Amino acid sequence: MPGSAQVLPKMYRTRMSTYWWLGRWPYLKFILRELSSVFVAWFVIMTLLQIDALRRGPADYMEFQEWLRNPVVIALNIISFFFVIFHAVTWFNLAPKAMAIRAGGKRVPAVLIAGPNYIAWVAISAAVAWLLLRG
Amino acid sequence: MSKRSNEPFLWLLFSAGGVVAAMLIPIQLFLFGLAFPLGWLDGPGYQSLLELVRHPLTRLYLFALCTLSLFHFAHRFRYTLYDGLQIKHLNELINTFCYGGAILGTAVTAYLLWIIP
Amino acid sequence: MADTITLEVTRYHPGRDKEPGLQTYGVPLRKEWVILDALNYVKDRLDGSLTFRWSCRMGVCGSCGMMVNGEPKLTCATFLSDYAPGPVRVEPMKNFPILRDLVVDPSDFLVKLTKSKPWLIRKEERPLAEGEYLQTPEQLDTYKQFSMCINCMLCYAACPVYGLDPLFSGPAAIALAQRYNMDSRDQGADERMDILSQHDGIWGCTFVGDCTEVCPKNVDPAGAIQQYKLTATREWVKSFLMPWQGK
Ligand code: SF4
Ligand code: FES
Repeated sequence: MPGSAQVLPKMYRTRMSTYWWLGRWPYLKFILRELSSVFVAWFVIMTLLQIDALRRGPADYMEFQEWLRNPVVIALNIISFFFVIFHAVTWFNLAPKAMAIRAGGKRVPAVLIAGPNYIAWVAISAAVAWLLLRG
Repeated sequence: MSKRSNEPFLWLLFSAGGVVAAMLIPIQLFLFGLAFPLGWLDGPGYQSLLELVRHPLTRLYLFALCTLSLFHFAHRFRYTLYDGLQIKHLNELINTFCYGGAILGTAVTAYLLWIIP
Repeated sequence: MADTITLEVTRYHPGRDKEPGLQTYGVPLRKEWVILDALNYVKDRLDGSLTFRWSCRMGVCGSCGMMVNGEPKLTCATFLSDYAPGPVRVEPMKNFPILRDLVVDPSDFLVKLTKSKPWLIRKEERPLAEGEYLQTPEQLDTYKQFSMCINCMLCYAACPVYGLDPLFSGPAAIALAQRYNMDSRDQGADERMDILSQHDGIWGCTFVGDCTEVCPKNVDPAGAIQQYKLTATREWVKSFLMPWQGK
């Protein structure tokens, strides 16, 4: 299909700037959402280090605990915490868009899909906390 | 169907990881990364934590949590590098780094969870 | 309220200008005016050479899309007074080549639209004597939202993935494929899946979601794409678990 490109060679083509994601709030929000994955990876690394320390014995585990109290690690974990919360909230809010569930001839409203997600989130968090805090 | 890509598989891992990360990481990060080190709450002692981690179900849980989260990361970070930095031409390198990292992480996780006494 | 407002309008004359520049015009600030009225005022009274597209001036034809203060908008449905005291910047839609002033070249979109086969596909046409294909209101409702698309391309102007990778099928083309996939009279889902499940199709999308934000017709192309991904994944799992059922 010949586009007008062949007819009008003088069309002006724009190029996106490398910093396009700073241009609009929805874009910035998007890039922050995607960057949350880096902090997810950080959490996994930390968890693996912890398991490793745990299997090596009490002395190593103490040392690891000490490392967790390092102000740099604390600061990183504070940032990570906000990012993983941001990930969770955006994830639950976007999930209904991907799921066109229909019932009674109508599409189930988004809150009825996101709602149970949030309830499950609270319940699961409580269960994990109980498991770790009970004794 | 054969000519279709493996994207559905990667997307499945990405999505599963997204759910797992959203549901489980905030509370664990809060407890292990902030509340326990800062002394807001009393964490489990060495013995009881080891007991917990030793349990087969916990191992399974940790394996799923870590590996799926890593594949979630790999997928998202791959696209962030493509789009954010406009370096799509480094495609192969990025894929190797992201998915390779996730596969390596899976192996490490499996190994660690296997050798816990 | 001041009685005039400043418009900053992109001017580009192919063959004469090396690149687009901005030109300023003062136009009356009338409460009932939309951006398109202001542009028409410029064309009628101030500068007859200003070039832009429009037709229905009631949000139906989809030809008056432009960037208004950096946001993709139908200029016939965007009030001038919302931007008071100004200035208001009016630019051609992003991510498309500029033909002249505010006019962009839509060819690429048209090619992509055609590729997603936005029409009813039947394996076998039913003989005319058997009458029309019937559809219940519920069946209509499953795809109605996607059928509201007016091909204005605002979603393409909003989509960074399209801007970065011109091969990407883009929001409206995929939403319209989905519109026919969901239609109870259609049997072309497989054909479309073969095209759209490639990397340049649905998998190129990273769910930025701005297409849905800017769509003047509430089509939710971002939702359509994610739903499509879900379907494609379900198909993949099926063909993986039950390879003998494949085509
Ligand atoms: S999906 Fe919406 S924004 Fe995109 S072309 Fe259709 S009507 Fe316009
Ligand atoms: S002129 Fe037709 S949509 Fe604006």
